[in-house]
Amino acid sequence: MTPVSSRPAQHAVLRMYALGLLLLLAALFIGRPAHAQLRVDISGTGATQYPVAIADFAVDDAHGRALAEIIRADLNRTGQFRLINAAGAGLNVDSPVAYDDWRGKGADFLAYGSIQRGADGRYDVRYRLADTVKKGQLDGVAFSGTEQELRRVAHQIADRIYEKITGVRGVFSTRIAYVLKLGSTYELQVADADGQNPQVALRSREPIISPAWSPDGSRLAYVSFESGKPVVYIRTLSSTARVPIANYKGNNSAPAWSPDGSMLAVALTRDGLSQIYVLNADGSNLRRITRSPGIDTEPAFTPDGRSIVFTSDRSGGPQIYQVGLDGGEPRRLTFNGGYNISPRISPDGSTLLYVARRDGAFRIASLNLSSGSESLLTDGRDDQSPSFAPNGMQVLYAAIQGGRSVLAGVSSDGRVRQTLSVLNGEIREPTWGPFTR
Amino acid sequence: MKSRIAKSLTIAALAATLAACSSVPLDDKAGQGAGAGQGSSANSGEILDPFNPQSILAQQRSVYFDFDSYTVSDQYRGLVETHARYLASHPQQRVKVEGNTDERGGAEYNLALGQRRADSVRRTMTLLGVSDQQIETISFGKEKPKSTGTTEADFAENRRADINYLR
Repeated sequence: MTPVSSRPAQHAVLRMYALGLLLLLAALFIGRPAHAQLRVDISGTGATQYPVAIADFAVDDAHGRALAEIIRADLNRTGQFRLINAAGAGLNVDSPVAYDDWRGKGADFLAYGSIQRGADGRYDVRYRLADTVKKGQLDGVAFSGTEQELRRVAHQIADRIYEKITGVRGVFSTRIAYVLKLGSTYELQVADADGQNPQVALRSREPIISPAWSPDGSRLAYVSFESGKPVVYIRTLSSTARVPIANYKGNNSAPAWSPDGSMLAVALTRDGLSQIYVLNADGSNLRRITRSPGIDTEPAFTPDGRSIVFTSDRSGGPQIYQVGLDGGEPRRLTFNGGYNISPRISPDGSTLLYVARRDGAFRIASLNLSSGSESLLTDGRDDQSPSFAPNGMQVLYAAIQGGRSVLAGVSSDGRVRQTLSVLNGEIREPTWGPFTR
Repeated sequence: MKSRIAKSLTIAALAATLAACSSVPLDDKAGQGAGAGQGSSANSGEILDPFNPQSILAQQRSVYFDFDSYTVSDQYRGLVETHARYLASHPQQRVKVEGNTDERGGAEYNLALGQRRADSVRRTMTLLGVSDQQIETISFGKEKPKSTGTTEADFAENRRADINYLR
C-alpha cells in the first residue's frame, strides 16, 4: 500500500464530495423524520491517506448507491482515506477485478459488491475488498437485513474495510450519547457514531448531565435534576427501566463505569465537599476513595480498572490526579496552566485527554503519559466534554460555533476535525459508546 | 448591571448595620434583633419571618461570589449572619442552600464549585451556632442560570448561593 499525502486541491474536492454525499444520504437513507438534523463538515487530512475506491453496489441501484455512500462518508470522516472516483465501475460481487486499471486510477484498494431484495423482503448484501497492489482479495462477507438495518450493514462493511486496511478496529457501528436542549426541555439521545438515527432515551424539563455508557453498551448512567437536586440514575436502553443508583444527601454526580461494568465511580457531597466514591453497579457497597480538603470530581477508570483519574482543586485550581482504588496518595498528572478538568484515558492507557483553560479559552488537550508532552487538539473558545472513540483514534466533544453548542470530532493527533451540527437545539455532554458485539 | 449594583448597595448597607450589631452586643438594635429571632415581635419594625414576603429573611437570600471564588465576602457576611441567628434560635427550621456558577467551564466542575459556594455559606452559619442537621447544601452548577445572557453582569448574577427555607 502506498499512502499518499494530500494536497490542498484534493482537500477541497474531498470536502465538496463529502457535503454532496451527505445531501444524498439525507435524501435516501433517513428512515424516519429525526428532529435533530445533522450536517457534517470535515476539515484537515491525516498524516497518511490510503487511496481507496468504493464502487456503488450493483443490482438494486438505488440502495446500492446509498450503501456505498454511507461507507464512503464513514471512511472520509476519519481523514485517513483518499476516496478514488469509482463512478460507472459497473461491478457486482462476482465481477472479475481489473487490478491494473484500478491501480492506474490511483486506488490501492477497491470495495465492491451487490445488494438484492429477496422474496422474504430482506436484503442480501455481499461485499468484497480487493488489494490492487497485491492483486488479491482482502475480505469477502455476506449480510442479510431489513431495509431499516441497511445503515448498520453499511457501517459494518466500513468497519471491516477500515480494519483490513489500517489494522485498527473500526468504530462506525458504535453509538454516541449526548444531551440535547430544546427550549426548556432536555433530551438524552443516543445516535449512530455519524450522528444519524437519533433516538430519545429520556426527556425531562430538568437538566440532564454526564451520561456514561456501561462497557457493554446496554445501559447509560447519567445525572438528572428532576428531584430538585443532582441524582445519579441508570437507564437500561432496551427497556424503560430507570433506577436511582446514588441518591445521598447533597449532590450525586459524575458517574463512570469500571471497565468490567461491575462498579461505578461517582462524586458525592454527602460528607462535605465533593469527593470520589465507588459503589457496585446495583447501588450497594458504597466506599470512599478520596479524602481531600477540596473538590474531587469527574472520576474515570483507567483501562486496567485498578485506578481512577479525577479532577481536584487540592492544589488551588483544578488539575488532574490519579489514585489507586486501594487508596494511597493521589499523583498529580497535569502541570500546564491553572485549569485542567474532565479527564479521560485512552483505551490503550497511553494518553490523557482533558479540557484545558488557556488564555481564557477552553480547549481539548492531550497528554502523552510516558513522555509528558502535551498538545492542544482544538482551538475553539469553549470546547468541553471530550471522550475517546473505543479504538482511541477519534475524540468527540462539545463546541460553541456561531453562538450555539454543537457536536464536534477531532482525530486523536489533532489533524482532522469534523462538526456534526444540530439545526435545532443545543448539544451538550457528548460521550462515545463502546464497541458493540 | 444597574440592578445588580443597586442590590449590592442595599446588601452592603444591610451588612454594615448588621456588622455593627454583632460587634456591639449591647447596642439596642442588636438586642431587638435577637429578641425577634426568638419569635417575639421586633420593636424596630424588622420582621424576621422567612415566609413573610416583607421580611428581610425572604428578601435577602442570595450571596454573590467573585469569579472562581467560593469565599463569602465581607459584603455578604452580615446577610448570612442574619439568617444564621434566625436559624440558631429556630432549631426546627431547615434550609436548603443552593450553589450556582456562571456558564464558563465544565458542567461537573461547576457543579462541585457551586457546592463549594453553598458549603461556604453553611460553614459560616454553623460557626454561628446553626446545627448541621438544619442545612442541606446542594448545587445546580451552571445548569440553572437565573440570568441567561453572556455579559459579565449575567455571569455575576449567576455566581450565587441562595438560602431557601423549607416548610
